[in-house]
Amino acid sequence: MKPSWLKSSIAGLALVAAAGAASAEKANDTLRVAFTKELENVDSFFNSSREGVVLQRAIWDGLIYRDPVTNEYTGNLATSWEWIDDTTLELKLREGVTFHNGEPFNADDVVYTVNFVSKEENGVKTQRNVNWMESAEKIDDYTVRINLKDKFPAAIEFLSGPVSMYPDQYYAEVGPSGMGLEPVGTGPYKVVSVVPGQHFVLEKNENYHDSPKGQPEVTNIDIRTIPDVNTQMAELFSGSLDVIWQVPADQAEKLAEMGQFTVKNESTMRVGYLSMDAAGRSGDTPFSDLRVRQAVNHAINRQELVDALLKGKSKVVWTPCFPSQFGCEQDAAQTYEYDPEKAKALLAEAGYPDGFTTELYAYRNREYAEAIISYLNAVGIKTDFKFLQYSALRELNMKGDVPLAFLTWGSFSINDASAMVSQFFKHGSLDDARDDQVLADLNVADSSTDPEQRIEHYAKAIKRITEQAYWAPMFSYNTNYVFTNEVEYTPTADEVLRFTTMSWK
Amino acid sequence: MLIFIAKRLGLAIMVAFTVSFISFTLLFLAGDPAAALAGETASGEDIEAIRKLYGFDRPMLVQYFDWLLSAVQGDFGESYYFRLPVSSLIVERLSVTMTLGVCGITFALLTAVPLGVAAAIRPNSLIDRLALFLSVAGQAMPSFWFGLILIVIFAIQLGWLPPSGASSPMHFIMPTIVLGYYAMPAIMRLTRAGMLEVLSSEYIRTARAKGASEGRVLFRHALRNAIIPVVSLAAVQMGFMLGGSIVVESIFALHGAGYLAWESIARNDLPTVQALILVFSMFYIVFTFLADVLNAWLDPRMRSS
Repeated sequence: MKPSWLKSSIAGLALVAAAGAASAEKANDTLRVAFTKELENVDSFFNSSREGVVLQRAIWDGLIYRDPVTNEYTGNLATSWEWIDDTTLELKLREGVTFHNGEPFNADDVVYTVNFVSKEENGVKTQRNVNWMESAEKIDDYTVRINLKDKFPAAIEFLSGPVSMYPDQYYAEVGPSGMGLEPVGTGPYKVVSVVPGQHFVLEKNENYHDSPKGQPEVTNIDIRTIPDVNTQMAELFSGSLDVIWQVPADQAEKLAEMGQFTVKNESTMRVGYLSMDAAGRSGDTPFSDLRVRQAVNHAINRQELVDALLKGKSKVVWTPCFPSQFGCEQDAAQTYEYDPEKAKALLAEAGYPDGFTTELYAYRNREYAEAIISYLNAVGIKTDFKFLQYSALRELNMKGDVPLAFLTWGSFSINDASAMVSQFFKHGSLDDARDDQVLADLNVADSSTDPEQRIEHYAKAIKRITEQAYWAPMFSYNTNYVFTNEVEYTPTADEVLRFTTMSWK
Repeated sequence: MLIFIAKRLGLAIMVAFTVSFISFTLLFLAGDPAAALAGETASGEDIEAIRKLYGFDRPMLVQYFDWLLSAVQGDFGESYYFRLPVSSLIVERLSVTMTLGVCGITFALLTAVPLGVAAAIRPNSLIDRLALFLSVAGQAMPSFWFGLILIVIFAIQLGWLPPSGASSPMHFIMPTIVLGYYAMPAIMRLTRAGMLEVLSSEYIRTARAKGASEGRVLFRHALRNAIIPVVSLAAVQMGFMLGGSIVVESIFALHGAGYLAWESIARNDLPTVQALILVFSMFYIVFTFLADVLNAWLDPRMRSS
């Protein structure tokens, strides 16, 4: 790990050195963007990273579109849809749309895509995105039915998010590997070239249909993977990049002071929380006592964490889901004001007048974890801190070997509470609460098609989870977007970089 | 001699596979490969599905021998992460790393050996002090810091060089300097120490007494002997540069094999890591072997040992 003072001093040096950034590639109408992570496969069903979502929205279209600002659903490749019964959705398709390779879009493409991705053996990476679909059938060239395995109220949200439509003939021929190297969709941008993980070049789709995404303005998008954020900043200073994103707060602040760049901060759907082993899966643990879990909740100054470390549009979160998600009823949540004295009293009451020592696990944002540790220490909870790779922590978590962990969840940008609360409280391998009452409420909420009933039962589950203090939800994350002053862009709260809405000033 | 080489090669292959077996075991201890593959957004069910799909539920030994059987046939399987053949992935990434490694070691030798010789000829002179300063600075500066300083000066302030990437020879100048400078101090000090020792020896005095020119004395007699340990060191450094240029590759966004190895470990991309470990250990073996041959040519006494 690089010491932060060193990073700051380099950033400072760079700022001094940046006498004047060269002009953007406005002249060539090429927008140059940096990715931090090597994207595994451009085929959107076979990656699980943020960069993958960004390319997915540019190259492909879904049947339905959700407006990132109003959260309203409108048709994209479908023009209308209706529920025939609880598990059958019929959609009318848009006519006259063609894929980038000239293949016309029709019911066959939807049927092929749905039938391919919904089969578990085809190995779609995030099964949850697709395993609610049983199959699809063609009614006529522009009418399809999607059959669900079970009632699934979030179907429309998923069809507007991770489920994109692929060309049947081409996909049958090349498969996921071929699609990853030479992607073909109906989206606003065509792919010119792919160097796996490193370099992606896109070009405006001149024949893009009249989509709610809007028409693309910038002609070329050139994306390079640059792992080091300092190097990304250097590229920005020397005028060889136009857009960087996911910039850490301290670097973004410095860049904002320079005046040469536009820095915009926007919320993301990621929530940071402490999970506690209430069910005692990790053996005899103090966390099986409600008073200890309440003490942890009172021990942490969430607002201070947000103000000092996360900054930007981050907010304190009290729910085991992201506030904008459907069913994430804020009023239902029990809140715990910061009160270290109360925390100490609760610990004493639970039989720990001198506190206790516990393992605390984390896998990202070490500095946040360390701040949390100091709050816990202040009330007498000593920690044996273990910072692991995500996969290693996940494994321990699934085995139930983790008494206390600082974790985060981004809900895959699905704007429905089921994407978070149901992920962790339905007695699966990651559920350290194992509360039957919560399970019963979530079962109703996850499968009801009556929105009111869903809200009611999510609210009940949230109330129970927060009263029992199974977690200490803490804050939402935010991300910083930095671009040259020649670029016009308004980021959205779902952390999806949308090239279609970027333009030159 | 041929029997000796064959024995050595056999041993080398054994070493490579021992390394691969140990690394395979360690990788399994480092975390659940299925969880790593499924990614951060996966549910428990996703992970279980992947565990079955990739056969992680089989005994580890069975998995290892499966891999070994394919590997000896030149099939390293498919990268779990990229879903592409590992062999093509490695070939593509190695070309960047090889270019960088060869440039780096060349830069290191071209600066370190002349400096070491010059410092040894005139101990305690200005050039000796300069060489010492450069070597201390080289060892004290972290690569990532030095790399970023170069970027600030040459890419941002002067605008002479591109900050990162690998699309032209210009892109390799800064990474070469950073990587080469890392290897330079050790080579320089070894050259200097070797030269000092040799220059005070009997046969150099004899050569001078016979009236040989100073150039001939230095390069024909002294350097030839002083360079022997340097050749061995350079071979090890070269091996290190291929596997260990992670920081430089990351700073300069070069996407070479070193960075690929580092990232693949974090992603539990077992087929890629295994193949890279095998390739890297082979490189070490080949380089040290070549160094022995070169030393045997430089010093006839070594041929009989």
